[in-house]
Amino acid sequence: MTKKLIDIVLLPMVGIAVMFCLWAIASAVTRNPQTNKATLPGPIQTWEQSKIYIVEPFAYRGESDQGILRLTWLSLVRVMKGYLIALAIGTPVGFLLGSSELFRKCFDPIIQVLRPVSPLAWLPLGYLLFMGLRDQYGMDVGEAAAIFTVAICSLWPTVMNTAVGVRAIPQDYHNVAKVLNLSGPQKLFRILIPATLPYMFTGFRLSLGIAWLVIVAAEMLTGKSGLGGFLNMEYNAGIQEHIILCIITVGVVGFILDRVMSLVEQHITKLPHLLSVIRGGLAGLRPQNRSVAHAVS
Amino acid sequence: MPFLELNNVSKSYAGTPVLKNINLSIREGEFVAIVGYSGAGKTTLMSMIAGLVKPDDGEVLLQGKPVTGPGPDRAVIFQNYSLLPWMTVFENVLLAVEQVFPKWKTVEKKKYAEKYIRMVNLAAARDKRPNELSGGMRQRVSVARALSMNPRILLMDEPLGALDALTRSTLQDEIERIWEQDKKTVVLITNDVDEGILLADRIIPLSAGPGATLGPAVTVDLDRPRDRTAINHSPRFKEIRGELLRYLLGPGAKRRATSEASAVRLPAVEPADLSVRRGWRLFGNRSAAMG
Repeated sequence: MTKKLIDIVLLPMVGIAVMFCLWAIASAVTRNPQTNKATLPGPIQTWEQSKIYIVEPFAYRGESDQGILRLTWLSLVRVMKGYLIALAIGTPVGFLLGSSELFRKCFDPIIQVLRPVSPLAWLPLGYLLFMGLRDQYGMDVGEAAAIFTVAICSLWPTVMNTAVGVRAIPQDYHNVAKVLNLSGPQKLFRILIPATLPYMFTGFRLSLGIAWLVIVAAEMLTGKSGLGGFLNMEYNAGIQEHIILCIITVGVVGFILDRVMSLVEQHITKLPHLLSVIRGGLAGLRPQNRSVAHAVS
Repeated sequence: MPFLELNNVSKSYAGTPVLKNINLSIREGEFVAIVGYSGAGKTTLMSMIAGLVKPDDGEVLLQGKPVTGPGPDRAVIFQNYSLLPWMTVFENVLLAVEQVFPKWKTVEKKKYAEKYIRMVNLAAARDKRPNELSGGMRQRVSVARALSMNPRILLMDEPLGALDALTRSTLQDEIERIWEQDKKTVVLITNDVDEGILLADRIIPLSAGPGATLGPAVTVDLDRPRDRTAINHSPRFKEIRGELLRYLLGPGAKRRATSEASAVRLPAVEPADLSVRRGWRLFGNRSAAMG
């Protein structure tokens, strides 16, 4: 067996095994000697009670009783909606915060105040906001409030990291832009964005982590079907095994999301090619009355 | 009319004068080297010519017109190369070409960029990114980028400062060869007197800061092309070198010494325990008188 295989398979297995042991011990501790029942179900009991969700991951037995991957998918779709809204708002705000002193002075304090607010606190606000819009546009208030909460909570890492990235651009690059007389959009696409990309992607990754963290809370409170909604329902129904199933699923999916994002992050150096393609498309829009063009000797 | 002119230019940072009363006049096609101590304000001087920094006092004139901001007519070769790391060698040069000749056809721009990459002998590294290149190669890209802008004046800020001695001399020869080809006006900032003598028509020493100013210019009337090994034995080379060093180590260094002395001003109060010493002396005197 190669060392790499030991590192990525065998050693994590040790960690998982230890975790399962601790879980079994914790379950044994809660066992009532009279009834011989544990309040915290152990690993085996959990598997037996919830295997139907795993062996039939795409089953649909009703809105509140679906296979685990189906529930995961519902949650993921909701997370992606909120997350994309967060990126669409967070990236430009981060750029403004990092590049404009005036903007920073205006908005940095309020951002710092809003940033630590818990998702649980945003949700009622989302409800109030969309409640008013429901009558006019016939929207699903719970759904909208959940997405709103995900978006507003996962916004901040993107904003902060992008701003830091823009501020960390070396003076040299600014000098190059000045000496070459780059126009505003040119400077943005050819210097600012490529120079900030690594920071931006760190922000994107952290934001996705937060978005996934928030979805459980948002679904629990709105009762929307998904991992969080299922968890809440089974809690109310007293089926503890299903709660544990949800927790494990949330953890595993979060881990996979983070891995995918860090893979993207590592290959970020290839993105400038993509950017130059976008730029090629924008070239037609670029003003042509530029700078001192002397005759070539 | 001089091509580039600096009249009584001064610049301070946070109250500390960096440059004081800089007067400089450069002819078209002249290669001028400014030699001075590190930290004396050489980069500030160059940044003012480039238009990246505004002088507090005085004016910078290019062909009689005041310099108000940076522009591609004054190409800069920075000490740390300032290449964009996400672009290849070719893309770095092409970016400059695109900026300066926006009306050209794409094919023309590409050909033109390639011409300068060949000129600095980097054709083989055309599609490499800066982090795959050595320091010397990076600086060549920077040279190619600057030249491809077809600037009216080329500003080099210690371009070879970060390179090892051998690469340095190779690039010096290359800069001389390229300059011979189109005789651009060049301002070279360096801390290496020999480098200045090898490349420049005229060398001006910059005194030590704070409040650095330019010393008397020395004309380098050595025949071109200059051979670095032969030049070492030339009596005129030694003379020029001696003249520059005499200024830089003599009057040019003094400003630093005097200003440092004035910065650490000693208190004008008399130490209290001086009286003890005085008593001793009194005693001594008395004993001497007694004896």
